[in-house]
Amino acid sequence: MDKILQTLLEKVASLHEVPEGAYNIRANGQTESRRVTANIDIETRADGSGIDVHIKPDTKRESVHIPVILSRTGLTETVCNDFFVGDGAEVTIVAGCGIHNSGAGESRHDGLHRFFIGKNAKLKYVEKHYGEGGGSGGRIMNPRTEITIEDGGSMEMETVQIKGIDSTKRETVAHLKAGARLIVQERLMTHESQTAESRFDVFMDGEGASANIISRSVARDRSEQMFFSNLIGNAASAGHTECDAIIMDHAKISSLPEITANHPDAALIHEAAIGKIAGEQIIKLMTLGLSEEEAEAQIVNGFLK
Amino acid sequence: MLELQAISFGVDESRGKKEILKNISLTVGENKFVVITGPNGGGKSTLARIIMGIEKPDSGRILFNGEDITEKGITERANAGISFALQQPVRFKGVQVLDLIRLAAKKDLSAADACQYLSEVGLCAKDYINREVNSSLSGGELKRIEIATVLARATKLSVFDEPEAGIDLWSFQNLIQVFEKMRETTNGSIVIISHQERILEIADEIVVISDGSILKHGTRKEILPEILGTASAQVTCQFYRGDRQDG
Repeated sequence: MDKILQTLLEKVASLHEVPEGAYNIRANGQTESRRVTANIDIETRADGSGIDVHIKPDTKRESVHIPVILSRTGLTETVCNDFFVGDGAEVTIVAGCGIHNSGAGESRHDGLHRFFIGKNAKLKYVEKHYGEGGGSGGRIMNPRTEITIEDGGSMEMETVQIKGIDSTKRETVAHLKAGARLIVQERLMTHESQTAESRFDVFMDGEGASANIISRSVARDRSEQMFFSNLIGNAASAGHTECDAIIMDHAKISSLPEITANHPDAALIHEAAIGKIAGEQIIKLMTLGLSEEEAEAQIVNGFLK
Repeated sequence: MLELQAISFGVDESRGKKEILKNISLTVGENKFVVITGPNGGGKSTLARIIMGIEKPDSGRILFNGEDITEKGITERANAGISFALQQPVRFKGVQVLDLIRLAAKKDLSAADACQYLSEVGLCAKDYINREVNSSLSGGELKRIEIATVLARATKLSVFDEPEAGIDLWSFQNLIQVFEKMRETTNGSIVIISHQERILEIADEIVVISDGSILKHGTRKEILPEILGTASAQVTCQFYRGDRQDG
C-alpha cells in the first residue's frame, strides 16, 4: 500500500496499522487485505459485487473495520455490502471511504450498505467520508444505507463528512420493529461549490420503537446542502428529528423535516434551524483573546464535534 | 490603569441621534474595586462594552496602562489584559465548559485545574466540566460559567456587567463571596456594573451614572450613604432591590 492510500486509510478509519478484530480493506476496487475472527466472518460475494459480513449471535465487544480507499483517477465503483448482526450481539462496525483524485477523471464510489440487526443486538456504526487531491476530476460518493432492526435491537450510527467530497447524495432507510431503537448523528461540512444531499426515511413499525435523527452541518463558500428527514410512526412509537445548520459566505441550505403519524400513540417531533454564527458568540471568544477567524473556527469545530 | 477621557456615544434613531453617553471621564486606579451603578437605561452597560471594545465611542479616548487603546479591537484589548463578563452570556452548541475555560486560561488546563474555577463560582465542578455550553444550562449556571472564564483569565482589569442579573437571591449570596475573594486576592482592578447593595458595600469607589452622565463618583463612604439615605434615593432603592434588564 502506498503513502496516498495510507493517508486515506488514516483519515477514514483512524487506522495507522492493521486494526484489531475483523477487517476488510478495499483499495482501488480490490480487496487489499482481510481478517476474520471466530465470531465474525467476511465473504466476498460470488458475483464480486461486495462483501457479506456475518456476526454470530451474542458476540460481544468485537469490531469490524471495512474501509474503502480510492486513489486512481477515473475509477468508478459500486459496492454492495450486507451486514448480519446476530441476536444479542454487541459490536462496532467502522466503515469509511476516502478518495484521492489528482487527475482529471471523475472518481466515484457508490455504496449500498444493508444492515440486518437481530433481536436485542446492539450495533454502533461509524462512517467517515473524506476526499483530497488537487485534480480537476470530481470526487463523488453516493452512499445508501438500509437498516432493519428486529425486536429490542438498537443501532447508533455516526456519519461524518467534513472535507473534500464534491458531490454526495446520501440516503438512509430504516425499518424498526417492536422496541427497536435507532440513533443517527450526522456531521457534514461543505466547501467551495460542493453539493450534499441527505435523506432519511425511518419507519417505526413496532410498538415502542424509537428514532432520533440529529444532523449538524456547516455550509461554506458557495456550497449547497439539502436535508430531508421523514419519520413515520406506524405504531405507538417515539421519534425526534433535528437539523441544525450554520450557513456561511454564499452557501445555500434547505431543510425539510417531515413527520407522519399513522397511529394515535406515535409521538413525533421535528426541529430545524439554519442560521449564521451569532455575533455575540464571536464577541465572547474575542474577549478571551481569540481573533475573529480563530473564534469562528472554534465555534464551527465545536458545532461539528 | 484605565482612563476614560470625554467618552460620548449615541445611536441613530428615527427621531435623530439618541445620546447614550455624554462626555464621560473616569479613572479606575491600580487594584481598585469600582462599582458603577445607577438607573436602568442610564448607559452603564454601554460604558462597559466601550471599555472592552465591543462598541466604539463617537468621541473621546480610552487609555489602558498609559497606552491609547481607543482604536484597538476586542482581541487586542483582551490580550492587553482586559476581561469582560457579559450580562447575558452566550450559548455554544458543542463547546464544552472545559473548552471554554481552557480558551480563557490560554493553556491546556487539566480538568482538575479547570474545575477549581467552577468551584470558585459555586458550581459542583464534576457535574459541569463536560457539559456543553448550550440551552441545557440555566441562565444562572451560564452566568457562573461566564464569571469563571473571567477568573481563569486573571487579567489586570476585569469588567463584569451585572453579575447578579439572572441569578436568584440565594445563589447570589454565594456569588458575593466570589467578589469578596477577588477583591482580596486579585492583583488587578475590578469594575462591576451592579445594583446590589451587597456589592456596593465592598466597593472602594462607587460611580453613579444616570442619563448618560456621571452623577456622582467617590469613595464608598462618601457615596453609599448618599444614595441609600436620601429621599431621592428611594426611587434608586427600588431598582437596587428589583429585578431588571439593563439597557
